[in-house]
Amino acid sequence: MRRPFHLLFCTVLCATSVALAACGGGNQTQQTTPQTQGAAPASPGGAAPAAVDAATAATVTGKVTFAGTPPPPQPVKLSSDPYCEKANPGLKSETEVVGSDGSVGNVFVYVKDGLGNRAFPTPSEAVVLDQKGCHYTPHVLGIQIGQPLQIVNSDDTLHNVHGLAKSNKEFNQGQPIQGMKMTHTFSTKEVMIPFKCDVHGWMNAWIGVLDHPYYAVTSTDGTFSLKGLPPGTYTIEAWHEKLGTQTQTVTVGEKETKDLAFSFKA
Amino acid sequence: MLPMFAALVAASTAVLIFAGGLVTSTGSGLSVPDWPNTYGWFMWTFPLSKMVGGIFYEHLHRLVASTVGFLILVLAIWLWRAEPRRWVRRLGYLALAAVITQGILGGITVLWYLPDAISIAHASLAQIVFCLTTTIALVTSRGWRRGYLGSRIPNPESRRDATLERIAIVTTAAIYLQIVVGATMRHTGAGLAIPDFPLSFGHVIPTHWDPKIAVHFAHRAGAAVITLLIAATSGHVVYHHRGRRELVRPAILLLVLVALQITLGGLTVLSQKQFIINSLHVVNGALVLVTSLVLTLRAHYFRFAGSAAAFAERNPAHVRGAGSTLGDSQRAWTRQNTRGASA
Repeated sequence: MRRPFHLLFCTVLCATSVALAACGGGNQTQQTTPQTQGAAPASPGGAAPAAVDAATAATVTGKVTFAGTPPPPQPVKLSSDPYCEKANPGLKSETEVVGSDGSVGNVFVYVKDGLGNRAFPTPSEAVVLDQKGCHYTPHVLGIQIGQPLQIVNSDDTLHNVHGLAKSNKEFNQGQPIQGMKMTHTFSTKEVMIPFKCDVHGWMNAWIGVLDHPYYAVTSTDGTFSLKGLPPGTYTIEAWHEKLGTQTQTVTVGEKETKDLAFSFKA
Repeated sequence: MLPMFAALVAASTAVLIFAGGLVTSTGSGLSVPDWPNTYGWFMWTFPLSKMVGGIFYEHLHRLVASTVGFLILVLAIWLWRAEPRRWVRRLGYLALAAVITQGILGGITVLWYLPDAISIAHASLAQIVFCLTTTIALVTSRGWRRGYLGSRIPNPESRRDATLERIAIVTTAAIYLQIVVGATMRHTGAGLAIPDFPLSFGHVIPTHWDPKIAVHFAHRAGAAVITLLIAATSGHVVYHHRGRRELVRPAILLLVLVALQITLGGLTVLSQKQFIINSLHVVNGALVLVTSLVLTLRAHYFRFAGSAAAFAERNPAHVRGAGSTLGDSQRAWTRQNTRGASA
């Protein structure tokens, strides 16, 4: 009669040990919050931040378009949460934001290559990702390594913020109460990190983490502008969550402005 | 009362597997980021009004799981207090240990963001828990304890069929393996790696391969093998053991369930993994497994019959009517074969 109890006791003991180990996993999650995560180095690679001479800085501008008939924006079914249904009844998918003239919004355009070993200071002002009306605002954004990302829940419903990073640490944080805020920083560059709310399956956002400030997200008219570039030759990449990526090489001289055109196909 | 309670626990385990299937099918596994709490609330105090979106499925799964865990705890204690057969009491302890481990695996997979290996282990152990609760329900049932006296062949030894014993074990093991492959497909996102059905990219064999296509096709090929094994097992039972209702019933049920399972599998692909169909496919797969297990255990009844018949002889009060209904041949067989067989 006693042996089975010994066996059971050992099993429960082992199970409890595993549970404690699991709780350790939870602490790693908490480390992604600013209370426990150290600030990223301001100057990746150890190089000192070098100011770009504003007098000689160049600009790359451009427009992203879609060739062909753009797909109509799809309405989002919000019935799984009555609050969302009431708060944002006309919500449409933000995956493809294409204007009547074929301009494409929510495209992340950035300098992929050409900056060499230059280092840039880390901005101290936070980039805000808001959960409002049961969708993320903005849908696509850029941030620098070490720059604080403030995530806000403006909704009177529960959200979880799940960053599915690969190079950085994945995290999943609950924000059950309206007005809750959390701050997160990234330690390495990564283009792009998908964000999702598992409570509301339609909610997703994308964040590009870079070690420099030369990035932009196209507005609904498809335009972008990368200002303050040192003269040089750069590889510019345009990223879209569904249409993919395109790259172009551009050379800019002192005070010069170059215009690029990216055209995606379905 | 104990047999009824054991059957209730087994049925509740099936409900739990369906609830778990809903979590994966709706992609809600991480909608509650903490564990064992729910957004900081103690699980049972989390407001119903906040069970929205994916939280509904994930939190519901946790509530059902803790209820089933409690029921298995009660079952294990009940067996410990009231069950004379030591190996049945041990099954109770094993079921309790398995369901505790299962709960912890569920927690780990949430806290570690659904790693494939843990999620697959969680899905696979769920089937073991279901097998254990079903086995307990079977061996505590009146029919089992009375030695299936409705059978036209009362002597357990004379019912032995080595072919059936072997093929039933192979079929049950193959079904379990098939479920593990299915869980792998499900948790690695390969459920739609082959988008058409019954063909694969318009061919019997896929024309191109990657790991997801391979695991998906393995599940389809496994389904074909399982169907053949079940057809062979059930056909053997119907042909050779038509008088043994305890075998014919699960054999016929197996044929029905496997036909339903293939239909649900096809519909899962064709409906782009509609979550109800997908979850029904999961729970029906578990039902195929335990039905095959029941058939296997009954086919091997003679191995347990000594303890069952001796139990009936020594504890007539526990087996209503068994003392008076045991046949002479069975009594003789019991006397000859059960010395020291039961504890």
